[in-house]
Amino acid sequence: MIEFLAKRFATIPLVALGVVTILFIIFKSVPGDEAAFVAGATATQVEIEAVRVQLGLDRPLLEQYAKHVSGLVTGDFGYSTTFRGNPLPHILDRLPATLALATAAILLTIVVGIPAGVLAAAYRNRMPDYLISLSVVGLLAIPNFWLGMILIAWLSVGAGLLPSFGDTGPASLVIPTIALAARLIALLARMTRGVVIEELRKDYVRTARAKGLSKGLALRRHVLRNVMIPTVTVIGLQAGYLLGGSVVIERLFAWPGIGDLLLTAVSVRDYTLVQAIVLIFVVAFLVINIAVEVIYRFVNPRLRYA
Amino acid sequence: MPEAIVRRRRRGARRVNLFLWVGATLLVGFVALAVLGESIAPYDPNAQDLFAMLEAPSEAHLLGTDNVGRDILSRLIVGTRFTLSIALASVFLAGIGGVALGAIAGYFGGLIDRVVTGIIDLLLTVPNIVLAIALASVAGASATGLTIAITASFVPPLARLVRGRVIELREEDFVAAAITVGMSHTRILLRHILPNAATVVIIELSLNAGQAVLIGSALGFLGLGVQPPAPEWGTMLGASREYLTLAPHLVAAPGVAISLLVLAFNAFGDGLRDVFDPASRN
Repeated sequence: MIEFLAKRFATIPLVALGVVTILFIIFKSVPGDEAAFVAGATATQVEIEAVRVQLGLDRPLLEQYAKHVSGLVTGDFGYSTTFRGNPLPHILDRLPATLALATAAILLTIVVGIPAGVLAAAYRNRMPDYLISLSVVGLLAIPNFWLGMILIAWLSVGAGLLPSFGDTGPASLVIPTIALAARLIALLARMTRGVVIEELRKDYVRTARAKGLSKGLALRRHVLRNVMIPTVTVIGLQAGYLLGGSVVIERLFAWPGIGDLLLTAVSVRDYTLVQAIVLIFVVAFLVINIAVEVIYRFVNPRLRYA
Repeated sequence: MPEAIVRRRRRGARRVNLFLWVGATLLVGFVALAVLGESIAPYDPNAQDLFAMLEAPSEAHLLGTDNVGRDILSRLIVGTRFTLSIALASVFLAGIGGVALGAIAGYFGGLIDRVVTGIIDLLLTVPNIVLAIALASVAGASATGLTIAITASFVPPLARLVRGRVIELREEDFVAAAITVGMSHTRILLRHILPNAATVVIIELSLNAGQAVLIGSALGFLGLGVQPPAPEWGTMLGASREYLTLAPHLVAAPGVAISLLVLAFNAFGDGLRDVFDPASRN
C-alpha cells in the first residue's frame, strides 16, 4: 500500500508541471501588454518599463517559464495584482472553506443517495421507485445555482430558517451544500439502484432467502456491502463537478472559498492568481482520485492483488 | 419464452421509446422557438416599459415583467436562440475536434498517440467548468468566447472515448481486409472505422449538449457569458438575483426553461443509448 501511495503521489508533480506549462502558453498568448496592465491605467511609460524589468517580463519567454516553474517549486506563485505579491498564502487561507463545502456535499450525497437508491431498488417498478427515479431525472436537469436560489427564497427568505450568504457558522453551510450535492445525490441514487437490483438477482441472495432471511435482512446483511463501490465510483468520476460546481455555488452564496476567489481574479484579469487557483484545483482533483483508488482497494479486496 | 420475460421486455421497449420521444418532441419545440423567435414573441424582448416594472404574471404579460418592465416571456422565447445555438455549436465543434484527435491517436498509435493521450490526460485533470472559466477570461465574455470555452472542455473526454473505440475497431478483420486490398489510411478511417464509432459519439454528444446548456448558463449567470441586455437564460438569472424576494417569477421562468432544455437533451441521449446500446443500461 505504501509503495502504491508513493507511486501515485509521485505523479502529482509531473501532471502539475504539464498543466502549468499549458496554462503558461495559454495566458502568455493573451493579447495586451502585461507590464502596462500590472502598472495600472495611470502609469507613465517609464513606470511601465520599470515594472517590466522588475517582474522579469523583458526576459525571453523560455527564461520566464523557467523562473515561473522554479518559483512554483519554492512556493512563489508570482506577482498577483490583487494581493500585490505572492498569492499562495491568501489561497491557503481560503482553502479550508472550499474543503468544508466539498466534504459536506460528499457526506450529504452518501447519507441521502444510498438510501434513496436502495429504496428504489427494493420497491422496483412500484410507487417509491417511480418517485425516486423521477426525482433523479429532475435533479440532473436543474442548474445547481438555480436550485440554490430557490432554496434561498424558500428556506432563508420565506421561512427565515437559515442564513442565505456568507460564512456565519455551520448553519450557513446547509443551503450551499444541498445545492452542490443535488446532482451527486441523483447520480449515486441511480447507480445504487442499479447495483442493488443486480445483486438481488444473485445466488448468494437466493441462498440467504432460502435459509429463511427476510428480504429486508438479506438486503442489510449482504447486499448493502456492495453499494460502497458505486459510491466511490460516483465521487471519483464527479470530482471535477464537485470542484467546478463549488465555484458557482461559492459565488452565489458569497462563500469565502477559492472558487469565489477565482471569479474575482478573472474579473480583474489577475492571470497570476487565475493560474495559481487552477493549479490548486488540479492538485485537489488528483488527490481525490488517489483517495478514491485507496478506498477502492479497501472495499474491494480483489483489486489489492491485481 | 416465459410470459413474465416477454412482458418485461415489452415494458422495457416502451420505456425506451418514451424517453426518446419526450426528448425529441421537446427539442423540436425548442428549435421552433429559436427559429421563430421575434416573430412569435408577444413583445419586443428589449422594449422597456417603466410603467410596468416587476409585474407578476398577468393576462398582458403571461410570465410577468422584469426590473425595467421588459416582457419575460418574449425574452425567454428570443433567448432560446442563444442558449440552443451555444450548446449545439460547442457540441458540434467538440465532436469534430474530439473525433479527429481520438481517431488519429487511436489509429496510428505510437508517438502521436502518446503525445495526444498525454495532453488529453493533462486537460482531464482540470475540472471542466474551471477550464471554461479560465478560457472565458482569455477569450472574452461573449457568445463566441463561451462556445470556445465549452468546446475546449468537451474535447478531451470525447477524444479519449473515440480513441478507445478506434483501437478496438482497428483490430477487426474488415480493417485487415481493407489494408490487404491497398486502401489508404484516410479511406479506412473515414469509410470503415468512423462509421462504426458513430453511435457512441452521437450518444455522448447528445448527453454533452445537456451539460453544455448547464455550463453555458452557469457562465452567463457569473457574468462570463453572453452580456446583458441579450436575453440569454443564464444571464437573465444573474440579473434577477437581487429581485429574489421582490419578484420570484423573475427567477422562476429562466430556470424552468434551462431545466426543460437540459431534460430534453438528457432524455434524448438516454433514449438513444437504450436503443443502440442496451447493455449499458444502469
